[in-house]
Amino acid sequence: MKIIRTSTVTKAVSRLCIEANINLRKDVLAALKSACRRETNPRAKNFIRDIIKNASIAKRNNIAICQDTGLPVVFLEIGQGIQFTGVDLNKAVQKGIEAGYKKAGLRNSIVTDPVCRKGKQVFSPGIIHTDLVSGSRLKITVLPKGFGCENKSRLKMFNPTVDIAEIKEFIVAAVRDAGPDACPPYIVGVGIGGTADYACLLAKKALLKKVTSYELPVTSYESKLEKDLLKEINKLNIGPMGLGGKITALAVNIETQPTHIAGLPVAVNISCHALRSAAALL
Amino acid sequence: MKRIKTPLTREGIKNLKAGENVLLSGTIYTARDQAHKRFAEAIKKGAKLPFGLKGEVIYYCGPTNTPKGKVIGSCGPTTSSRMDKFTPALLKKGLTAMIGKGGRSEEVIKAVRKYGAVYFLAPAGCGALIAEKVKSAKIVAYKDLGPEAVRKLEVKDFPLVVGIDMKGASVYGKK
Ligand code: SF4
Repeated sequence: MKIIRTSTVTKAVSRLCIEANINLRKDVLAALKSACRRETNPRAKNFIRDIIKNASIAKRNNIAICQDTGLPVVFLEIGQGIQFTGVDLNKAVQKGIEAGYKKAGLRNSIVTDPVCRKGKQVFSPGIIHTDLVSGSRLKITVLPKGFGCENKSRLKMFNPTVDIAEIKEFIVAAVRDAGPDACPPYIVGVGIGGTADYACLLAKKALLKKVTSYELPVTSYESKLEKDLLKEINKLNIGPMGLGGKITALAVNIETQPTHIAGLPVAVNISCHALRSAAALL
Repeated sequence: MKRIKTPLTREGIKNLKAGENVLLSGTIYTARDQAHKRFAEAIKKGAKLPFGLKGEVIYYCGPTNTPKGKVIGSCGPTTSSRMDKFTPALLKKGLTAMIGKGGRSEEVIKAVRKYGAVYFLAPAGCGALIAEKVKSAKIVAYKDLGPEAVRKLEVKDFPLVVGIDMKGASVYGKK
């Protein structure tokens, strides 16, 4: 049994919120650099250079990569050998979000009443997803999700006998419809299987996977699908900033889960080029 | 690259062409979803708007909080299409330019042509880079809206692309 004080969780979450919002993920930066080399449209190339420059200015000036510092989504992988002491874990996480966002001058983008939209904009609550795992470690991952791209999310419940081409078209169409609006080049998260809600969660979790499908060799059915989809999407000619070019997406990341014999849920969660996340092990 | 200064005149923007790069300097006002809703309510009631629209530029932006010692935090554009339903009424009242990201509706394109305005694209998702172009920032209306308050910004060489020009040509082509 390992004891973790929830005040430690608060501190970690606070730090991760700042880290994610100010330091662009290394794999995303590498993917952008590779995209800049491969892009042939001069305007698109220039814009990717701007994105890379933006990341270094954010780091140097210690300010957010993007003004939409997102709705913080916090993933907790909780080892079953852990016992928490102190305030409850949910509160500890929310306190961490508030502290981090406040400290770094990030944006209070949350409105408490989703329908009437009255009252002041605040920093929390973030969304928390928990997974129970073996062992006695706690992994915390913070993904601040901007809403320009979150608004382009899709879910479809396919028939189990559907042709794979139809699934592919659904995913490509989600990107086509996002068009120039959600800050391309995109990273396309796809969740396949499970239930309706779980497919959506998988699509979001797919964004936590390394952005590498543009360079890795095909090793499985999923990675083949990722590559094929990336190729299709990059034919859309949306391009960086939506002004044309061959890099419409940096990568397609897929997560799968067994599902029911009667169905096949497929969810798409698009991320803008400012895909931000940070993780820590306690 | 073309340089333009606010306040904008029809004469000054008439030669801008969709797809062209420009550098904008001068005064611009931030306004996004909730501020637009309030503009619309004010117009409906015949009340005054927080700033005269003629020759002015609205920037669809809600910056982060201002970190200590900085003029402004990260301040890139938000998705313009959410403001589409409010835009024609503002153009009618003399608004001359808008800055945002992404495409616009047919109605907005028509109104841009009819009233002689221009829509610019800012480098989307590059709020830290844009912050360096902002020389001063001050809340001038709707303070209660927090990040969505109307701010008056002085900018120098804000890098933009003409998204929709005065003739109604769009950089994204026809929908
Ligand atoms: S879509 Fe992403 S990069 Fe674009 S404004 Fe939103 S958070 Fe920023």
